[in-house]
Amino acid sequence: MNFPKFNLTNYLLRHIQVMLFSLGQLWRQPLSSMMTIIVIGIALALPAGLYVLLDNVKQVSDQWDDATQISLFLQKDVAQEHAIKLTSQLEQWPQISNIHYQSSSQSLEEFRQLSGLGTLLDSLPSNPLPAIIIIQPNENDLRPDAIGSLLAKLEALPEVEQAQLDMEWLLRLRSINKTVQRGISILGLLLSLSVLLIIGNTIRLAILSRQSEIRVIKLVGGTNAFVRRPFLYTGFWYGTLGGIMAWLTLTFSLSLINSPVNELAKLYSSQFTLHWLSALLLIVLPITGLVLGVLGAWISVGRHLNAIEPN
Amino acid sequence: MIRFTDVYKRYPNRHEALSGLSFHINQGEMAFLTGHSGAGKSTLLKLIALIERSSHGQVLVNNQNLTRLPKRKIPHYRRQIGIVFQDHNLLHDRTVFDNVALPLIIAGENHREIGRRVRASLDKVGLLGKERNLPIALSGGEQQRVGIARAVVNRPPILLADEPTGNLDPDLSRDIMSLFEQFNQVGTTVFIATHDLDLINTLPYRQIILDAGRLSEQG
Ligand SMILES: Nc1ncnc2c1ncn2[C@@H]1O[C@H](COP(=O)(O)OP(=O)(O)OP(=O)(O)O)[C@@H](O)[C@H]1O
Ligand SMILES: [Mg+2]
Repeated sequence: MNFPKFNLTNYLLRHIQVMLFSLGQLWRQPLSSMMTIIVIGIALALPAGLYVLLDNVKQVSDQWDDATQISLFLQKDVAQEHAIKLTSQLEQWPQISNIHYQSSSQSLEEFRQLSGLGTLLDSLPSNPLPAIIIIQPNENDLRPDAIGSLLAKLEALPEVEQAQLDMEWLLRLRSINKTVQRGISILGLLLSLSVLLIIGNTIRLAILSRQSEIRVIKLVGGTNAFVRRPFLYTGFWYGTLGGIMAWLTLTFSLSLINSPVNELAKLYSSQFTLHWLSALLLIVLPITGLVLGVLGAWISVGRHLNAIEPN
Repeated sequence: MIRFTDVYKRYPNRHEALSGLSFHINQGEMAFLTGHSGAGKSTLLKLIALIERSSHGQVLVNNQNLTRLPKRKIPHYRRQIGIVFQDHNLLHDRTVFDNVALPLIIAGENHREIGRRVRASLDKVGLLGKERNLPIALSGGEQQRVGIARAVVNRPPILLADEPTGNLDPDLSRDIMSLFEQFNQVGTTVFIATHDLDLINTLPYRQIILDAGRLSEQG
């Protein structure tokens, strides 16, 4: 009896052989393998697709990022020095990231330029525009409740006539976005679990159909690791191919909605184009599939292999 | 090489297949195990191959105490034993070559060594021309010889066989038996369970006779 020395080339060669052998086994039953791969593909494509859509919505709302601001219209009788002092006080508030003061004459000047009314405005007996303090809230305080309380606090200041939040809908969109994001995470988790179960069950059937072979291998001295290996590679292939299938499904679906979306964007004369996240997903989806595949196979093999012993 | 000391085997259904068995087979010996159907021959071989464990008593094989061998060491233990089954236990979707190569692949042998040893082993049993065939395409006697080639391919010190000539005609049985003798002559300890008294009575080897799980007589 001589135990062969461990040899890395041999070892890798053996793994590649088992890997190809497992692929060959999928190939030998193309129909059922394809069906499993498609099911896995859809299960992975669904959360990924939703994520892509969400990412695009975020893209749109981020274009409006600077637009989220609060305008404080000051009382007419507030003196300019007082208003400037107030501005620097407010600047200390943690909820406020950016602030600047615009006097009533500056407001008038701005209005003059924007409106093109020019000298016509000079004929006004007095400046009808109020002084404004423009506030950019801190990014962390953009949640509706936070911004609501900030707004109320500002409105309560005696110098302030009115505090007005621009782009309220945007904040709502953001908060909906966050909710949806959480929903997608949960959905992704559940679908990953189902991929795990699909692969586990497929492997279980593969193990059952090869019981006698497993017995023989154990009889001639095959270790559990040796018996396990082809099944892990089967899981590896199902997962990886399922991930690639998910990518293809997703790319195909996005190509279907791409041109209507572009048309829509054009109508709003927006620079928006659909982000496909193609390259990222081409890496993420197969790797996710791979991990789930090997994990599912591992669990299944662990549960079923030990029960098969020679008799 | 193989030593049983007061070994009992009781199956889960409480049937006592072996009762108080003690015997010893020397290194390099060839011996037969006989007895009526149900006497416990297969059970005894299963204890040696660790397919079953004894309920009581000690089994020593090649200086290893099987009673104490942990489960994870069983695969490596089994590589020291070649086993030939009556029903061959071949893999039907693999070629003759791949079947015989299995123990070497499991042991992690390299490619060239596998090819060399498998062919030497098939040559020994007279099947060198059939290495690309599937087992289905072979006769019963040929399948049995594939099983033998697989059992000896990694040159185990011990060779066990359970009714290796069960379904074969007398001429073929004699061929198979002389194959075992050849392995014994190069030093392998050979232990064969068989019903074929006509054949083994013409051979000069010890017979261990079982009767209802007990030792009846040693020749
Ligand atoms: N797995 C088992 N569970 C319960 N009883 C068993 C089991 N295997 C064998 N037996 C019983 O143990 C006894 C011995 O069986 P064994 O197979 O060892 O006999 P044998 O001598 O090989 O017979 P044969 O010549 O017919 O092959 C028989 O009575 C059988 O019914
Ligand atoms: Mg028997």
